[in-house]
Amino acid sequence: MTRGNVEMCLYRVLVLSVFLSITQAVDRSNFKTCDQSAFCSRQRAMKPGQSSYTALLETLELSDSHLTVQLLNNNNKVLLLLELYRLQGNMTRVKINELKPIKARYEVPDVLITDPPTELMSVVAQDEHRVVLSLGGEDWRLILSAQPFRLDIMEGPQVLLSLNSRGLLAFEQLRIQGEEEEAEEEVDQPGMWEETFKTHADTKPNGPSSISLDFSLPGVEHVYGIPEHADGLRLKNTDGGDPYRLYNLDVFQYELFNPMALYGAVPVLLSHNTHRTMGLFWLNAAETWVDVSSGQVGVCGSSEVPQTDVRWISESGIIDVFIMLGPRPNDVFTQYSSLTGTQAFPPLSSLAYHQCRWNYNDQEDVSAVDQGFDEHDIPYDFIWLDIEHTDGKRYFTWDNNKFPQPKDMLQGLLDKRRKMVTIVDPHIKVDSSYKIHTEIRSRGYYIKNKDGGDYEGWCWPGNAGYPDFTNPEMRKWWASMFAYDQYEGSMENLYTWNDMNEPSVFNGPEVTMHKDALHGPWEHRDIHNLYGFYVQMATAEGQIQRSGGLERPFVLTRAFFAGSQRYGAVWTGDNAAEWGHLKMSIPMCLSLGLVGISFCGADVGGFFKTPSAELLVRWYQAGAYQPFFRAHAHLDTPRREPWLFGPDNTALIREAVRQRYTLLPYWYLQFYHAQRTGQPVMRPLWVEYPEDIATFSIDNEFLIGRDLLVHPVTDERSSGVTAYLPGNGEVWYDVHTFQRHDGAQNLSIPVTMSSIPVFQRGGSIICRKNRVRRSSSCMENDPYTLYVALDSQGKAEGEIYIDDGHTFKHKTDKQFIHRRLSFTANSLSSSDLSPDSQFTTASWVEQVNILGAQKPDAVTLTTTDGGESSVEFEFDPDTAVLTLRKPGVNAGVNWTLHLR
Amino acid sequence: MSCALLLLLMSLALAMGTGAAVEIQRPRGVPLSSELENKPFTCLDGSSTIPFDRVNDDYCDCRDGSDEPGTAACPNGSFHCTNAGFRPAFIPSSRINDGICDCCDTTDEYNSGATCQNTCREMGRKERESLQIMAEITKEGFLLKQQLIHEAKRGQEDKQGKLTELQGSKKGLEEKVEALRTVKETAEDPEKEAKERHLKAWEEQKELLRMEKDKTRMAECVTVGDIQRYFRLQSHLELDPDSDGSLSETETQGLLGGADKVDTSTFETVWSGIKDKYLSEGQSEPPAPVETPQEESRDFVSDHDSDHYPEDYAGEEEEDVEDDEEDDHDEEEEEEKVPPTVQTPEKREDDEVSMPPYDTETQSLIDAAQKARDDFDEAERALREVDDQMKNLEKEIGFDFGPSAEFAYLYSQCYELSTSEYIYRLCPFNRVSQKPKFGGSETNLGLWGQWAGPEGNLYSVMKYDHGQGCWQGPNRSTTVKLTCGKETVVTSTSEPSRCEYLMEFTTPAVCQEPASLDEVLHGHTEL
Repeated sequence: MTRGNVEMCLYRVLVLSVFLSITQAVDRSNFKTCDQSAFCSRQRAMKPGQSSYTALLETLELSDSHLTVQLLNNNNKVLLLLELYRLQGNMTRVKINELKPIKARYEVPDVLITDPPTELMSVVAQDEHRVVLSLGGEDWRLILSAQPFRLDIMEGPQVLLSLNSRGLLAFEQLRIQGEEEEAEEEVDQPGMWEETFKTHADTKPNGPSSISLDFSLPGVEHVYGIPEHADGLRLKNTDGGDPYRLYNLDVFQYELFNPMALYGAVPVLLSHNTHRTMGLFWLNAAETWVDVSSGQVGVCGSSEVPQTDVRWISESGIIDVFIMLGPRPNDVFTQYSSLTGTQAFPPLSSLAYHQCRWNYNDQEDVSAVDQGFDEHDIPYDFIWLDIEHTDGKRYFTWDNNKFPQPKDMLQGLLDKRRKMVTIVDPHIKVDSSYKIHTEIRSRGYYIKNKDGGDYEGWCWPGNAGYPDFTNPEMRKWWASMFAYDQYEGSMENLYTWNDMNEPSVFNGPEVTMHKDALHGPWEHRDIHNLYGFYVQMATAEGQIQRSGGLERPFVLTRAFFAGSQRYGAVWTGDNAAEWGHLKMSIPMCLSLGLVGISFCGADVGGFFKTPSAELLVRWYQAGAYQPFFRAHAHLDTPRREPWLFGPDNTALIREAVRQRYTLLPYWYLQFYHAQRTGQPVMRPLWVEYPEDIATFSIDNEFLIGRDLLVHPVTDERSSGVTAYLPGNGEVWYDVHTFQRHDGAQNLSIPVTMSSIPVFQRGGSIICRKNRVRRSSSCMENDPYTLYVALDSQGKAEGEIYIDDGHTFKHKTDKQFIHRRLSFTANSLSSSDLSPDSQFTTASWVEQVNILGAQKPDAVTLTTTDGGESSVEFEFDPDTAVLTLRKPGVNAGVNWTLHLR
Repeated sequence: MSCALLLLLMSLALAMGTGAAVEIQRPRGVPLSSELENKPFTCLDGSSTIPFDRVNDDYCDCRDGSDEPGTAACPNGSFHCTNAGFRPAFIPSSRINDGICDCCDTTDEYNSGATCQNTCREMGRKERESLQIMAEITKEGFLLKQQLIHEAKRGQEDKQGKLTELQGSKKGLEEKVEALRTVKETAEDPEKEAKERHLKAWEEQKELLRMEKDKTRMAECVTVGDIQRYFRLQSHLELDPDSDGSLSETETQGLLGGADKVDTSTFETVWSGIKDKYLSEGQSEPPAPVETPQEESRDFVSDHDSDHYPEDYAGEEEEDVEDDEEDDHDEEEEEEKVPPTVQTPEKREDDEVSMPPYDTETQSLIDAAQKARDDFDEAERALREVDDQMKNLEKEIGFDFGPSAEFAYLYSQCYELSTSEYIYRLCPFNRVSQKPKFGGSETNLGLWGQWAGPEGNLYSVMKYDHGQGCWQGPNRSTTVKLTCGKETVVTSTSEPSRCEYLMEFTTPAVCQEPASLDEVLHGHTEL
C-alpha cells in the first residue's frame, strides 16, 4: 500500500467515525452556527476599534430619575437615544434605542416585576469631553465619554466595567427597503431582507434590526451564567469558535460541552473575582449570541492584569442592560431578584421524589407502579403522565380506553396522600371537534403566519396551532381551562408539566417557529425566547385560580427566560443515560441557580438510552441532592422503576430517596429563603467562599444552601472521589459517619456503591425528619431531629421553617413558624424569628445530635412556662457525637437545652 | 432468654387485637403482663436493655426497632394488625399514624386524626367469597389437570409407541431403498447405452442433412452480391467489422476472404466461420410480429417451467400426481435433446427435424429403468416421511411440558385475545403474535424460549423472545403468566415496557391440589 493509500484509508475511517458520532448525537446541521445566522455573522464581522458613535453632550438632560443623551453614528448620522438610570440597590440601567425609529422597536414586557425604582443621579463634573455622575457613596462614579462614546463605571480609581470600550456598539436602524442612505455602510448585504436556512425562508419585512454592545471587565477571569448550555459552570473563551447562543430550541440528543442553544435562555452573566461579583442582565428576548473573551491586558505601564470582554448580539429589539454592581455574590442575587422576582415557593411535596416515564400506559399501570413503591417501601410523592395519556395528543383530555376513570385514579393517589402531574403542551391539535382548538380559533388567539392566517406547524398531534401566549387575554382564557369543571377528570392533586414550549415545531426552521410569524404587531423574532415563559406563567395562574387563589401551583417547564423562576420548576430537557450527562447535571443546574432559577433538576437515569444499574443508582444518589428530583425515561427504553434491578440496587435507591425525604425540612427552608431573598438553593462553592480562588471553577460538587456540601459520585466503577472542603478555619462533618474534617483541603474519600459524599458545615444546625413515610404529606406531623454541627469555636446556628406546606396562607395570613436555633455557650435554644406570625404544629423535637461535642455532666431542658426537666443523653467518644434523647418539646415554641 | 422473649412478644402481638375486651392502659403493640411489668426490656437483637416504660414511648431505642412495635419511631419496625375477621398482617411501622388506613381494623391510625372504618369483616367476607370461588376453580381445575396429565401420559405413550413403530418401519424402508437403488442402477446402465446409441445415430443423420442443405445453399450463391442478398447480410450487423451500422459490399467481401466471387470450397470455409453468428443472431431477433407464435411460445415456456419445478406440488399432492409425474419425466428427457431455446416456428421447421421415436428395444429398456426409478423414488419418499414423523415426534416428546406433561395439551394449539386495536395470538411452545384489527400485517412478538417462573414455581411463566425487532430497541418478547383456571384462555395482554409484552393466561394445568375447602375458609377466620 502506498503512503497515499494509507492516508486515504485513514481519512475514510476518520470521516466514517465522525459521521457515526454525529448521527448518534445531535444533528448539528439542523441548527445554525453564527456564520449561518445572517445578523450574527454580520455583527461578528465587525472588529474592535474606535466606535463610530459620539455622545452629543449638548443634548444631555438630567431628571430626577434618569439622564438622557443622544448618540450620533458618525457614519450614517443616525441618532440614538441613550437613557441612564441609577437604580435602587446598586444597579445601573442603560437603555439605547433609536431616537426616532420609523416604527416602534420591541421592548420586553412582563419580565420585570416592577418598574425598577430609581435613585437620584447627580453630575459631579462635566466638560466637553465627558460627564461624571455620582452613583452614590463616596467614590462610585459613572463616566460618560463623548468622543468616542463610552461608559465607565468606577469605584475610586478602579474601573469596574466599561461599555463600548472596544467600539462594538452597533444599532441597525429600521428603514424601508430601497430607501437607502448615501453612506457606504448601508449597502445591503445578503440576509438583511430575507434569509434561508435549509428549506426555510425567513422573510424580513422590517429588514436588518440587530444590535450589539461590548462590555469590558478589568480584573475578571471568571464569568458564569447565560444558561441554558450543556457546558461547564465557568464560561469558556469563545474566540475562534461559536459564541454562546441564546435561542430556545428543542434539540434532539444534545451534545455536551457545546455553546449551542438549548431549551431555555436567561440573558444574565455574572462576573466574579476575589474582590467583587457583578452581573449583566441583557433584557432582550430575540435570538442572542454572547462572545466571551478572557485575556491579559497591560494597563498604564503596570504589569498585565486579567480582563474579560463580553459582547452581546441580538437580532432585534433594543439595548436594555442592567448592570448589577454587587459587590458580594448575595448582593447580585438580591439585585437580580429585585428586577425579575424570586423563585416561587413550591408546595413542599414537589421537593420530594417524582416518578415519571414516557409513558405510564393506563390506570392499571399507574396503580401497579404506585403499589410497587409501597411494596418496596420507597417513598414517592408524584407520578407523572406523558403525552400518551391524552386522547390523540389533545391536551386537557384523557384517552378513554387507557384512562376511563381519571378521577378514580387521582382519588386512589389522594388516599395515599400522593399526587399526579399530566403534561399540557402549547401545540394544539387542529381538529374542529376539539373544544380547545375551536375556542382558540374562534377567539383569534392563535399566532398568525406572515400572511395573517393561523400559523400551523407539525408537532405530536400532527398539524397544530400555537396559542399566542404573549396576549394577556389568551393567557387569561388558558388559565381558565384548568378550572376543575373545564379540565375534565382533574382534581386538586393534579398538577401540570409544560413541555415543547420553545416552541417546538417539528417542521419549522431549527425545529421551532418561523421568525416572521406574528404575535399581534410583533414578529416571533422579537419575542421568541419569551414564549415558554408565558406558557408557564399562564399555566401556573390557572392552577392558582382553580383553587380560588389558595393553593400554590406546581408547573414544570422546559423552555424558560429571565423571570421564569416565578412560575415553578425547570428541568434540563432530554438528556441521555450516560455518565457525562450525569456529570453535566451539576453545572447546568448551578448555572440556572445563579440566574434565579433554583428549582432545577435533570432526568434521573437519563431520558434517552438505557442506564446500567450502576449509573441509575449513582444518578438517584446525585438527584436526591438536587432541587428537582424526578426520574424519567424515553418510551423506547426498558422499564426502570427502582425495584427492577435486583434487591441490592433497590436497597441503594431506597436509601438515596430516603435521604432526600429526611432532608425535606432543610430543602423547604432553602426554598423559603430563595423566595424571600433570591439566593440560589443549589450553589457553586464560590458563592459562599468568594475569596477562595480554588472554588471558582469547581462544578463537580456544590452546596445546598450554606450548610450542606455534596460531591456526588459520577464516575463509573469509582473507588473514591476527591472533594474540596472550602473555608480556612472551617470544619466539615461527614453526615453519615459524623467524622470531622478541616476546611480548605482536598479530601480523598473512598467510596462504595452506597456512598453519597455529603458534608455538613461546622457552625450549622440542620433539622431533619428521620421518620420516612410513603409520601411527604404523611410526614407532616412527624418530629424533628436536630443536627448541631459545632464550629471551631463550639458554636452553631440554624433555622426551622414550618407551614402547611401547600397554601399561600404563609403569605396572606402569616401562617408559619420561622425560628432560629442557636448553640452557644453550651446552650441550644430556639427563638422566634417572626413573632407576629401564627401557626401551630404537632411536630416536636425527637432528638438532638451535637457533632464535635464534649461529654456534659447533665442536660436540662427549659421551656417558656418555666418548666425544667432533665434530658437523657448518650455520648460517643469516638465520633464526639452527643445525642440528647427525646427532649420532646414542640417545634414551634421557645426552649433551651443546657449542657452542664 | 431473649429467644423466649421473642416468642412471647410475637404470640402476644398476635393476640393483641383480640384483646379489645380486656382494655387496660398499656403501651400499644406489647401487652403488659404482671411478669413483664417493670422488668427492663432487652432489644430483640440484644443490642441494649431499656426500662420497660420506654417500650412504645415513641422514641427509637433499639437498633432493630423492637422497642417500638406500636409507633413509627423506628425506621425498621413492623406493626402487627390483628384484623379480626380478616387476615392478620405486618405493616412497616412508618405507616402508623400517617393518615392512611392500612389495617382494616384501623389499629394503625390511633393518633393521626384519620377516620378509618373497620372493614375487616367486609374484607373477610369478600375474601372468603373469592377464596371459595378460587377454591372451586382450583378444585375443578385440578381435576381437569389430572385428566390432562392422564391424557398427556397416554399421548406420550402413544407417541413413544408410534416412534418405536416408526423406528421399525424405518429400518425396513432403509433396506428397501438400498435394494431398489441397486435395481435402479442396474436398469439404468443399459438404458443409458441404448439412449446414447439412438441419440448418436440421430445426430449423425442430422449432420448429414445439414451438410446437404448447406451445399445446396452454397451452390446458389456465387457472387458476393448474391450472398449478401441471400443472407440479407446488411441487416446482420453482428458481422459488421467497423460497426458503422451497415455492412457494405466491400466489408462483405472482406468477410469472404477478399474475393468478390467465391467457389463452393472457399465459401464453405468462410461460411463455417460466420454461420454461428448468423444463426445465433437469427435466434436473438425478436419474434416475428405474429400473434399466434408468440402465444405458442409463451405456452411453451410455461409448460417448460412447470416441468422444471415438479417439487412445487410434489409435497402437497404426492400421491395424486404420480401418473402425471411419469409423463413429466418423459417430456423432460425428450426436451433435453432439443436446444432449449426459443425459436420462431418458421426456423424450427426449416432447421430442425424431430428425433425419431426410440426403437422398441430401447423404449422397453427406458420403460424398465423408469419403473425402477419410480420405485426407488417412492421408497425414498416413504423413508423421508417416516424420518419427518420421527423428528416431529421426538421434538414433541423432547419438549418440557411440565413435571407431569400437564402442558402437553397446549402443543400445536393457538389461543386468541381481541382488544380494541389488536388480535393477540398465543400458540404455546411456538410463538406469540399481534395482528391489527383493521388491516396491517401480523407482528411476531416472540418465539418460544423457555419456562421462566421463579425458583420453585418454574412452570408459572413462559418466555417468548427473539420476536420482530423494534426501532432503536430490543427484539420484541413476551412473558406469559399462567394462572389456574378451568378454561384455557388468554385473559389480558399489555406492553408494560416498549416491545416487552405481558400476557395473562389461565389453564387448569397450573392448578395446585387444593387444600380442603374447610381448611381454606376457616384457616383465615378463626382469629
